[in-house]
Amino acid sequence: MLKTFLIGLKDLRLVFRDRAALVFMLLAPFLLTVGMGFVTGRFSGTSASGLSDIPVIIVNLDKAELGDALVDAFNSEDLAELVAPSLSSDPEAARKLIDEDEAAAAVIIPEGFTESVIPAAGTMLDPNAAEADPVSIEVYVNPARPTSAGVIKAIVDEFVSRVDEGRMSGMTSVFQMLMTGIITPQQVESEGRALFEDLETTDSAALKLKTNDEGAQATEFDVLAYMAPGMALLFLMYTVSYGGRSILAERAQGTLPRLLVSPTSPAQILGGKVFGIFLTGVAQVGILILASAMFFGVQWGDPLGMTALILAAVFGATGWGLLITAFARNPNQVSSIGTAIMLIFGVLGGSFINLEVMPPSIQFVSKITPNAWALDGFTTLALGGGLAQLTEPIIALLIMGATLFVVSALIFGKKNLVQK
Amino acid sequence: MPPILEVKELKKNYGDFAAVKGVTFDIQEGEIFSLLGPNGAGKTTTISMLSTLYAPTAGDATITGHSVTRDPMAVRGVIGVVPQDIALYEDLTARENLLFWGQMYGLSGKALASRVDEVLEQIGLTDKAKNRVKTYSGGMKRRVNIGVGLLHKPRVLFMDEPTVGIDPQSRRAILDTVKDLNKKGMTVLYTTHYMEEAQELSDRVGIIDHGELIALGTQQELTRQVGQTETLILHLGENDDPEALAKSLDGVKDVLEAIATDHEVSVIAHEAEDVLAAVVTKANERGIKIHSIDIREPNLEAVFLHLTGRALRD
Ligand SMILES: Nc1ncnc2c1ncn2[C@@H]1O[C@H](COP(=O)(O)OP(=O)(O)OP(=O)(O)O)[C@@H](O)[C@H]1O
Ligand SMILES: [Mg+2]
Repeated sequence: MLKTFLIGLKDLRLVFRDRAALVFMLLAPFLLTVGMGFVTGRFSGTSASGLSDIPVIIVNLDKAELGDALVDAFNSEDLAELVAPSLSSDPEAARKLIDEDEAAAAVIIPEGFTESVIPAAGTMLDPNAAEADPVSIEVYVNPARPTSAGVIKAIVDEFVSRVDEGRMSGMTSVFQMLMTGIITPQQVESEGRALFEDLETTDSAALKLKTNDEGAQATEFDVLAYMAPGMALLFLMYTVSYGGRSILAERAQGTLPRLLVSPTSPAQILGGKVFGIFLTGVAQVGILILASAMFFGVQWGDPLGMTALILAAVFGATGWGLLITAFARNPNQVSSIGTAIMLIFGVLGGSFINLEVMPPSIQFVSKITPNAWALDGFTTLALGGGLAQLTEPIIALLIMGATLFVVSALIFGKKNLVQK
Repeated sequence: MPPILEVKELKKNYGDFAAVKGVTFDIQEGEIFSLLGPNGAGKTTTISMLSTLYAPTAGDATITGHSVTRDPMAVRGVIGVVPQDIALYEDLTARENLLFWGQMYGLSGKALASRVDEVLEQIGLTDKAKNRVKTYSGGMKRRVNIGVGLLHKPRVLFMDEPTVGIDPQSRRAILDTVKDLNKKGMTVLYTTHYMEEAQELSDRVGIIDHGELIALGTQQELTRQVGQTETLILHLGENDDPEALAKSLDGVKDVLEAIATDHEVSVIAHEAEDVLAAVVTKANERGIKIHSIDIREPNLEAVFLHLTGRALRD
């Protein structure tokens, strides 16, 4: 066990001595992320997403000021590129369309929404009435389009928190004004509205979004929260094939035979090599994610969920690295097969193009890549989800890794690792 | 006392090719034993089986009583291996390499650190210990390669052609190290295709060719096989034809054997003086210029020549 650990550490140390490897593992994904940031306008402050024309169905049952305001927001100039809203009057029909993957999400503004937020004049006199639960806006999301749905949720959430903020401050000050006799009850409603209109957003959350997606409340969706892990995962595949390559390279350079004639068992040696790949992958993705937080201010949310997701993603990817190595005859074959797989998985797994715009068949095939599962998890995290929402991708990645480990071990077992 | 290493009918086939064809010998504790043989003789294959890297096709060997086939783990603990090809992590420093390999031999903590210092001293690299191995000369790498094999103070040390391709100074240092280790009680199995090294180091020598042990014994025992002979080595010029000269010497009175190698002709006779005049005359007749002549007492080279009709170095 100790020797396994020591061999892994030795490999990690060797990676950090290999400048070319570091360029691929850290610099390339970092620079590509920066590049993507510029392409998508993240740094120039215009469009906030690589996505555009996200189809969304809005059902406005409220038909009062606030409901109309939200509909207006979706139709505004600011969001014209990002979303393609369509109106509907039937919530059930709207949900059905989402289930059929016709749009990314349905926003259902219930009847009496405005009323519940800003009660009609007069009721304000009773302070207890303010405690009544406001009616919630529902965002019914399409799980097949987590990113797009996340953007829609973020927009609605932003709207809700503004309204909420206005309501809270408006309430208290209007109530206070009433108490001090400055204004008459007839003025209360208009006064309250005037107040919330120019208020800033804060974290107040008395008003809740109702959604079928457990991924908690979104704050803001940052395109780099998709790009940064996308690039990290793309180059994670480089790292695992680099690690697999080192198994065969150690054979060629004689250090593997030398290990085998030391009092170290073959299982400890192979275990150490695998641990080394895993360790390197975790270091790489960890550093890249930290860098995206430090340099681009990407908000990652739940650190526990993040850690678990990184470990699972690297585990799954390590399985692929081993499988490539098991099939290859020499170090160079590992590199060339590895590079091909890295690019194929990059495309299939959504590192370059968001999977949501791909046909369903590709989305299905993408499930063999660690990239797709992990990216799904990272998106959930960026939208405010925690460990509890990551169960599915994490379990999928663990199963993937374990399966590939077993298959690779069987192939390795049939090959003679010693004799060239 | 039973031998520390016993080899019985050890065989190794690579596919259809028999690389080692049933080799039997033993080594006493405290001996330096050399396996002398040309390229491809089967030296490395033999060492690979003894160090438990390759499973023998047939036969067995025991080291300190442990069988290499049945108890390889026990064998690995008592042997040190210096492979023919340098096996180090080039991106690690000499010290880091030694520390890592020491850990693989179960050393740790202070004991490991002080042992690494000792070995660095022994291989004369204390000053350069913090440089990466890839910045080293061939001779320095060879020394680290040897150092790794010494870390756990093995009872038996296998050294597979440890002086190949290095400068005379480093070679000298290595040969001295081997003698020094042996003086301190280490048993050494040394392979080489340099006759001089086997001659200088070994208590006993096994001559191996085409996977077979063709001679085994002390140097005296071996040279006695050749009989009371001397070898004249004629050094010729670049453009002269050693084959032609060797042919012309065949059948000359008192010449036992004349063998051509690179720019050299080796002439074996009972007494060098008896053939010297004839040799010079033959050379003159053919217009071949002899640069110099060495006369050698019977040696391992002559033994090999005698047994195989070929020179050790081709
Ligand atoms: N893995 C292998 N597969 C097939 N043939 C091999 C293998 N290793 C060695 N051989 C062959 O077996 C024979 C003995 O090789 P070996 O390496 O043991 O010789 P050696 O005495 O160590 O030679 P050298 O002085 O060149 O190191 C050679 O003919 C070699 O080509
Ligand atoms: Mg050899």
